[in-house]
Amino acid sequence: MGGIDLILALIYLLVFPGVVFLFTFSLFTEYMDRKLYARIQRRVGPPFFQPFADLVKLASKEDILPEKAEGFMFTAAPIFAVAAIFAAFLYLPIVSTTGLHSFNGDLVVVLYLLMIPTLALFLGGWYSGNVFGQKGGMRVASLLFSYEIPFFLALLSPALVVGSWKMADIISFQQTHPLTLIIGVLGFVIAVVSLQGKLERLPFDIPEAETEIVAGPLVEYSGRRLALFRLARDAEMVVGTGLITAVFLGGPLPLVSLQPVVLTWIVGAVLFLLKTLFVILLLILIKSAVARIRTDQMISFAYRWLIPLTLLQIFIIIIVRYAGWIP
Amino acid sequence: MARVKLPIGPQHPALKEPENFTITLEGERVVDVDIRIGYTHRGIEKLMESRTYTQNLYLVERICGICSYAHVVNFTQNVEAVLGVQIPKRAEYIRTLVLELERLHSHFLWLGVAGHEIGFDTLFMYTWQDREVVQDLLELISGNRVNYAMNSIGGVRRDLSDDQRKKVLEGMDYLEKRAAYYKEVAINEKTILARAENVGILKPKIALKYSAVGPTVRASGLTMDIRRDDPYASYAEIPFDVITTDTCDVLGRIVVRVLEVFESIKIIRYLMEHLPVGEVTMKVPRKIPVGESISHTEAPRGEDIHYLRANGTERPERYKVRTPTMANLPAIAEMLKGSYLADVPIVIAAIDPCMGCMDRVLLLKEDSEKPGDLISWERLRAYGIKWYAQRGWEA
Amino acid sequence: MKTPGKMLPKIWVFMFKKPVTVRYPKQRLEPPEKLRGKMKFYIDRCISCGLCARDCPSTACRMFEIDGKKRPVFDLDFCTFCAQCAESCPKDAIEMTAEFELAHYKKGEAIVK
Repeated sequence: MGGIDLILALIYLLVFPGVVFLFTFSLFTEYMDRKLYARIQRRVGPPFFQPFADLVKLASKEDILPEKAEGFMFTAAPIFAVAAIFAAFLYLPIVSTTGLHSFNGDLVVVLYLLMIPTLALFLGGWYSGNVFGQKGGMRVASLLFSYEIPFFLALLSPALVVGSWKMADIISFQQTHPLTLIIGVLGFVIAVVSLQGKLERLPFDIPEAETEIVAGPLVEYSGRRLALFRLARDAEMVVGTGLITAVFLGGPLPLVSLQPVVLTWIVGAVLFLLKTLFVILLLILIKSAVARIRTDQMISFAYRWLIPLTLLQIFIIIIVRYAGWIP
Repeated sequence: MARVKLPIGPQHPALKEPENFTITLEGERVVDVDIRIGYTHRGIEKLMESRTYTQNLYLVERICGICSYAHVVNFTQNVEAVLGVQIPKRAEYIRTLVLELERLHSHFLWLGVAGHEIGFDTLFMYTWQDREVVQDLLELISGNRVNYAMNSIGGVRRDLSDDQRKKVLEGMDYLEKRAAYYKEVAINEKTILARAENVGILKPKIALKYSAVGPTVRASGLTMDIRRDDPYASYAEIPFDVITTDTCDVLGRIVVRVLEVFESIKIIRYLMEHLPVGEVTMKVPRKIPVGESISHTEAPRGEDIHYLRANGTERPERYKVRTPTMANLPAIAEMLKGSYLADVPIVIAAIDPCMGCMDRVLLLKEDSEKPGDLISWERLRAYGIKWYAQRGWEA
Repeated sequence: MKTPGKMLPKIWVFMFKKPVTVRYPKQRLEPPEKLRGKMKFYIDRCISCGLCARDCPSTACRMFEIDGKKRPVFDLDFCTFCAQCAESCPKDAIEMTAEFELAHYKKGEAIVK
């Protein structure tokens, strides 16, 4: 029994839904992103293997370490980012209510792990020895103050509804009470908008504004390190949207529960994919409809709109619980 | 905070053409701007002195790709003024038609580029798709999408058939619908307003002091338009309005250009309905008599002035070109002071820079030179070798 | 208060429509007939006046001795396709066709005689 458990755990960890699955799914989401973005603009868009081809091309190019850059941190930053994201993915419920391991507070752990790629981007920009990279790094850091708070609060609001920090409990609760989404819809909207900021996509892609600071913190990166950063960015999208799916949309569970465990797994995986793709579609629609806003405008937007609305959502939840409408 | 010097250009994704703006930053605010030009100087004015007038027709076009026809009109008007001839009316109308079509395509291009500078790629793709309609019309009328080679000294080279006239009018109907959509989006889209309102302020007094031209200055409330102030081609007979707003910022420039699209459509419709019959060209002698002439037109970017001095031979003696971007550049330094770093690309893009048109040679004086000294070829070569040696490369 | 995202309705519509890109070379757009492409030279109408070479702005058209008479030779590497030669020729011996797919591999390969 110990042996089979170990082998199953290894398969879960490495193949499905682990490293290989995350890798392919993040490349697929990048393809969906670019293809839909192109179709919206009436262009053709890349073929489906394009993100993989990009990664292979980048990995095979020369990896230059600039003279003024601090070698260790410069190399370590992308590795931190990828490692943190892959670790966070293991806690996401993809096939059943639990990830590889579930405990009380794993929601908070995933949220904190999701913060590491942003910090890694900041460090990478800071240690690149280029004034553009440092400006980009500083922008990343100043943006941290704006969207992290609404993101955290919006994602913790369903935990307040359920009364537990365990993602497995949140998902089971949503299966038995399908109307929780309606109370939490404000939180869902805020979480999607803050996720757009976290992933540094339009309209919040100031750190990587191509026309202003020439790729921001990533300006001195090339070759394998850049490939790792790009992989981290795509995987961050998968983990972020997966987290929103798990917490708001009920994760991989269908509305009725099915008997054979394997069937639950398959249906669960498919549902997880579909729900994640739905959130990604929302992100793409936001991306293509707006222009980029400035740093100061983004901070003022976050503090003037996002955070008060999140507090309003929490207030609503407290009232609903106090009034006893949720058992 | 410490002051950082950030070089924008000459290679930079924000600039469509090479140019150097060295910005002194304090935090995210721009404190000072130092402009250096000369990266795409091609020496066209000197080249024109060694070519005949007929050959120069095609060289003048290539001063710029987007406003090429304005330059050709200036050139032919100069030569025709020195000769003292009056070109046929139909030729004037066709010239005005191509000028206004060029203004249309330039403004659509600019809308797309401005959208790209603020990150709005969807607007970029949509406007450039609509610009294809204009390009197809120009290809139909003149045989090429850019550098139309439509003028000859004494008129135009190709006539306009009725079929082409109908196609032009159809194209105008389509473009009017699309321009109305962009007007609604550009003025009402919250994120564009956030980036363009109160950004790049240019007060009218400062605009006049630095002699800015074109939509840049019309957005500051000044009614300066060569088509109205000194009509050329057939603008004296066509009713149109000069668009001004008084917001003095980038949003004003967007609005001015979008509304000018409507005016151009109106002008083209008038031209197509009132096209006179007649010849389109006239014979002129090869040798141009002695004389001088100045001609200016309203290119899509502003006032474009050309000066010609002819000396009785087949080749011009001196030709000088002053393009609108050259006049708007000093105003950029004023507009950028006090704005954020993030606004620099959109402010630069708002004057519609066309560095290819405007470039001049920039002479940098070292301390050992007398002012006004010309640098010799040997000294220039030695300077280049020394520059590279300082950076570790051996000749 | 104005909400951002004014273009959303159009975006939603365009997402499901076909792209406007023409997949060249599998799909082609027809050029208009008066497009200034490669020139065609009718050697029997030529009177060796040399006006075409004199007016060419880019020295693409040069006169050479061929069979005892001076004839123009057009080098497409230099040609700007302005059609000034066609206009200057008093006998209409030069005509511009609409052929524009003229890429070649070596300099001096594309000559019209």
